[in-house]
Amino acid sequence: MEKNQYKGWLYLLPAAVFLAAFLVYPLIDVFVYSMEEGYNFASQKSFGTGLYNFSYVLHDPYFLQALKNTFIMVVITVPLSTGIALLISVGLSSIKPLRKLFQTIYFLPYVTNTLAVGLVFMVLFKKTAYSDGLVNLLINAFGGESVDFIDGPHAAKMFVMCLYIIWVVMPFKILLLTSAISSVNPNYYNAARVDGTSPFRIFYKITLPMISPTLFYLIITGFIGAFKEYSNAVALFGTDLNAAEMNTIVGYVYDMLYGDSGGYPSYASAAAIILFMIVLTITYLNLTISKKHTFY
Amino acid sequence: MENTTEKKHNTSATVRKAITYTGLAVWALMVLFPFYWMILTSVKSYSEYNSEYIPRFYALSPTMQNYLDAFSTVPLGRYLLNTLVFTVITTALMLIVATLAAYGFARLSFPGKDLVFTAFLALMMIPNELVVITNFVTITNLHMRNSFPGLILPSVTSVFYIYLLKENFEQVPDALYYAAKVDGTSDLKYLWKVMMPICRPTLITVGILKVIECWNSYIWPRLITDEEAYFLVSNGIQEIRENGFGRENIPAMMAAVVVISVPLLVLFIAFREKIMAGVSRGGTKG
Repeated sequence: MEKNQYKGWLYLLPAAVFLAAFLVYPLIDVFVYSMEEGYNFASQKSFGTGLYNFSYVLHDPYFLQALKNTFIMVVITVPLSTGIALLISVGLSSIKPLRKLFQTIYFLPYVTNTLAVGLVFMVLFKKTAYSDGLVNLLINAFGGESVDFIDGPHAAKMFVMCLYIIWVVMPFKILLLTSAISSVNPNYYNAARVDGTSPFRIFYKITLPMISPTLFYLIITGFIGAFKEYSNAVALFGTDLNAAEMNTIVGYVYDMLYGDSGGYPSYASAAAIILFMIVLTITYLNLTISKKHTFY
Repeated sequence: MENTTEKKHNTSATVRKAITYTGLAVWALMVLFPFYWMILTSVKSYSEYNSEYIPRFYALSPTMQNYLDAFSTVPLGRYLLNTLVFTVITTALMLIVATLAAYGFARLSFPGKDLVFTAFLALMMIPNELVVITNFVTITNLHMRNSFPGLILPSVTSVFYIYLLKENFEQVPDALYYAAKVDGTSDLKYLWKVMMPICRPTLITVGILKVIECWNSYIWPRLITDEEAYFLVSNGIQEIRENGFGRENIPAMMAAVVVISVPLLVLFIAFREKIMAGVSRGGTKG
């Protein structure tokens, strides 16, 4: 038995080493960096200890732009994607033939490289010298003017961005919601049917309360994911997101760390911590609300 | 009387069904269309694509030239090979590390186990964005930028998979363990000969989820590699977009996109049930 005790630790050792080196230590270090004022790789020096980095980041127009962009993306994509996913899942659960096929198709975006498929969206929306792009031609067909969705007005870029984000996040939501709906005890539905309850009422009074835990889980993870949006923006607008005015908070963190504008881990850390605080606050609010509205 | 209500009911049910199918078909089209468009564009010749102001929904003379270009003009083969190496090694290491840890938590008893497990679970809350900054510095200081160890090491661990495996290991009856002990089987041998075969479905699921994650990973590889020789597909496609074929050679670009997308799509078709079940148990995206 004595020997066995050490053995247990031995099994945990590899995982513990990896986690300590690449998760625990960095977590502590990021707070240290955030307090080292103006530290950069080039000089390897900071000019003090304190909260200057946070103030620098909060006054940086690029950060404010990124903050604004991220909030717009969150506010648009989370409710829309959750709502549409709910509609689709309810529809999917009400049919028998073709259900499997639809489910399989809907899941495809999950297993695609979002950087790669983003290029397809870019091609569809981009205005070039040769062609206005398929989407613009559609708009023309309905009598509208061509818009450059990739290099044009901010609202147009935001539209494509949100559309692509929704396209990417849908599979996960649809999958979880359909399995939540299918696990509702059929007796409830049978009872309602005997009473002659209308389908809408059945949805509102039975399905929705029963799947509310999953729904709130999706809303919470949806918020977290949307606040960390970054690679989908790169997929559509390229790596220089500041120039495209489409940067996100996470994008700002990486730009501060690396690349042409990089070399400032202290500012990057401050921005990452601000992001983390925002996410924590929103998650806390979500949890408080969900406790009130989840039915079991 | 009864007949008419019945009929009315039937009509409204039919209408509802029609609306449902239409709605579902619309979304299916939204999902499939980009895939269709990338394949279509990839088989159009450069001149054909650029001469179509209104793009055709079919290719007049399909060509494979773009695929040849994708492999010869840009190092797409290299990107694919890099990604394959990265994915295989990272997934293998993750499975070894996670299996050992999960086994330690599930089967062995030692002082402080519960405390350590709680600490492990707490680590799940740490967002990647917070730790990536120091990891970048660590790997840079170790002179491991533009190398496979630099790419792989920070990507190995994933607390969630340890948790998932531990849950699964715990379902294996204790009796088997004691029987093996009586026979003088060592812990490691028990893990290898009994535990892992029984839990193979979960191990496969976890492995596949990690493969998907690795194949699509972008942020870390982008930070840690700036030499093209070490680019993974995500960086590769970004490189192709910005400097590759010249901005306007969209068909060749789409061919590269198809090549990058195909491996995971094949994996998905082969393991559809497993992947979907695995994701609904433990996936997070979006």
